[in-house]
Amino acid sequence: MAELGLKENDFKNPVVHWVDARLPIFTAMEKEYRAFPTPKNFNYFWNFGAIATVNLLIMIASGVFLAMNYDPSTAGAFDSVHRIMRDVNWGWMIRYIHMNGASLFFLLVYVHIFRGLYYGSYKKPRELIWMLGVVLLLLMMATAFMGYVLPWGQMSYWGATVITSLFGAIPVVGHAIVAWLWGGFAVGNPTLNRFYSLHYLLPSIIVGVLFLHIMALHTVGSNNPLGIEVKGPQDTLPFHPYYTVKDSVGICVYLIVFAILVFFLPHLLANPNNDIPADRLMTPPDIVPEWYFLPFYAILRSVPNKLGGVTLMFWSVLILFVLPWLDTSPVRSCRFRPIMRWLWVLFVADVLLLGYVGSNQPIGIFILLGRIGTTLYFVHFLIFVPLFGVLERPLPLPESISKRVLGGGALASAAAAARPTEKA
Amino acid sequence: MRALALALLALGLALPALPAAAQGIPPLPHVYWSFQGPFGTIDTAAAQRGYQVYKQVCAACHSMSQFHFRDLAGIGYTPAEIKAIAASVQVPGPPNAQGRRSLVPGKPADAFPSPFPTAAAAKAAFNGVVPPDMSLMANAFQGGPTFIYAILNGFRNPPPGVTVPPGRFYNLYFPTHFIGMPPPLHNGAVTYADGTPATVPQMAHDVATFLYYVANPHADARKRIGVHVVLFLVFLTGLTYALKRKVWSDVEH
Ligand code: HEC
Ligand code: HEM
Repeated sequence: MAELGLKENDFKNPVVHWVDARLPIFTAMEKEYRAFPTPKNFNYFWNFGAIATVNLLIMIASGVFLAMNYDPSTAGAFDSVHRIMRDVNWGWMIRYIHMNGASLFFLLVYVHIFRGLYYGSYKKPRELIWMLGVVLLLLMMATAFMGYVLPWGQMSYWGATVITSLFGAIPVVGHAIVAWLWGGFAVGNPTLNRFYSLHYLLPSIIVGVLFLHIMALHTVGSNNPLGIEVKGPQDTLPFHPYYTVKDSVGICVYLIVFAILVFFLPHLLANPNNDIPADRLMTPPDIVPEWYFLPFYAILRSVPNKLGGVTLMFWSVLILFVLPWLDTSPVRSCRFRPIMRWLWVLFVADVLLLGYVGSNQPIGIFILLGRIGTTLYFVHFLIFVPLFGVLERPLPLPESISKRVLGGGALASAAAAARPTEKA
Repeated sequence: MRALALALLALGLALPALPAAAQGIPPLPHVYWSFQGPFGTIDTAAAQRGYQVYKQVCAACHSMSQFHFRDLAGIGYTPAEIKAIAASVQVPGPPNAQGRRSLVPGKPADAFPSPFPTAAAAKAAFNGVVPPDMSLMANAFQGGPTFIYAILNGFRNPPPGVTVPPGRFYNLYFPTHFIGMPPPLHNGAVTYADGTPATVPQMAHDVATFLYYVANPHADARKRIGVHVVLFLVFLTGLTYALKRKVWSDVEH
């Protein structure tokens, strides 16, 4: 057990020294963000967690300013949002940042997840990092869904109606739950009020869970593109300056993409119908969610039975929780898994296909494609992942990260891949 | 990861080939807009003509409740002109002792008044449809200003065998073809102050330009600022990348 009382520290600055003796935040920063031993062979896919963190902060900052001028009532919400766009100083920029930032956030996190899938970052000892990640994903989805309701356009209203009604599929108590969610007998003012309250609350919870996500990461250490354990100091670099500067490069590129969206294509990812005020008497011809929900929407609509569809949709995310135990392979990185790397490609293609199906009415060919896509989605996790972990013959693993980096790896044919940071 | 790039490419090529089938609606015409593209700006002369079309034609039926007289400054009207335009329009004043609002001359800070006192009144006048508010019209439809242009030019005699319900008009581009709006434009419907011949396509183009400005009053400034922001970020990325190379130069990796 650590001793109670003032803590020793080596900081020269007297104020820092004084504070750190009582509250060792500087020691913690030094340990976690300067000296923290980080595998030396990360490629740029290891930037996405840091970029997503920056994105989260941007969302919170822009959201606070939007909230200063937003009116969470069914009578005033639409007009208040468009007053922000027109009359609030820099309001258009703040709203476009928040709107497009939400989309970018999902893009970043989806890349982050597929990175984890490819390099086996979810496997022992990183199961909890991964599971906390899934919690983050669920929280993001809830936040984004409720945020989309706030401008009270046609898609806000009808999207909220469709999604909340899904809970009506639950046997016996379904309708009671839906009325409880709505705070009435239809989506209305009470619904908007509570969504606003939760939309403001959930990002703080995301920050808290993110803290745990990083704490777990800094306990067991990062995975790396080779998926092998760090063998010693020769395999790692201190986080600062090596990865602070490398993350900064990624953050700059991300900011360029962000700026292009905000300043030149602010409506690219938005549904034009949400610029029509909510009207409960006029159902839009096609109710589509935002692009980042489309694969899940396709899964929902691919089952003819409502309860079945809702169940599968929830399981499509929840199944990620048990992935660490579904995967039977001793090898993490798909670089050394000749079969799984192609199944991974197939899985990515399948999710994209589902996204495309989700953006179309479930008629004709799209019914069939949706069912094939949904089946493949679950077959991947429930059959391919457990089965090929056993059947597949992995390639020989390099002895260590530094051996591999210096060209002493076991696999000459992939020598180029051995210098991932230069290639990226 | 290289395999992913291949898969994405294949999918990207295959998917757009399946068109989103709209039943019997022709594709929107190709129209050139001064404000299109990353450097396009709003043609203020066209927007001013479009304002004239709006005022003399569309304003009889459509509201534009989020747009204020002062916002006309963005398409080149001077403060004095805006004051005069506002004063020439009657807007609802403060409620009197009986709670009724009398009409008073407008001020630059007033919003454009609605032609109907309530949505129900508009609905009653148009067989159950409400002329949509114009504040965001140029953003609210797939195709934006091009859709507005197409609708205004899209009135036709119905094809043989098609009966148009009473109070409706046949329009090529309206989702059901039967629109509740009577053809609002005919050649010479307005007399342009700048002498431009007022043909239907000309007026449609001008009013759509105006409505694009109404829905996106900050579009020009947004792009101008965007150019600076992106240039700065590209520069910053270059610097950061150079720094990264320098920091990593002593590492074998
Ligand atoms: C005589 C009244 C009247 C005038 C004048 C008028 N409109 Fe309309 N407009 C309507 C009505 C009514 C509707 C609703 C039609 C419907 O939903 O069927 C409408 C709908 C529209 C639509 C929406 C079509 C859609 O897909 O929902 C557009 C665009 C439009 N008007 C543009 C204009 C423009 C631009 C002008 C001026 C040049 C104008 N209108 C003048 C009555 C009018
Ligand atoms: C709010 C969203 C999220 C943020 C801000 C975030 C942030 C981070 C950060 C900063 C890192 C370390 C840098 C990196 O490896 O990229 C990280 C690692 C990780 N994250 Fe996330 N994350 C989020 C969501 C998720 C989700 C949804 C998952 C998976 C379902 C996930 C799984 C992981 C895993 C497995 C690691 C360890 C990777 C490794 O060590 O190789 N994260 N995350």
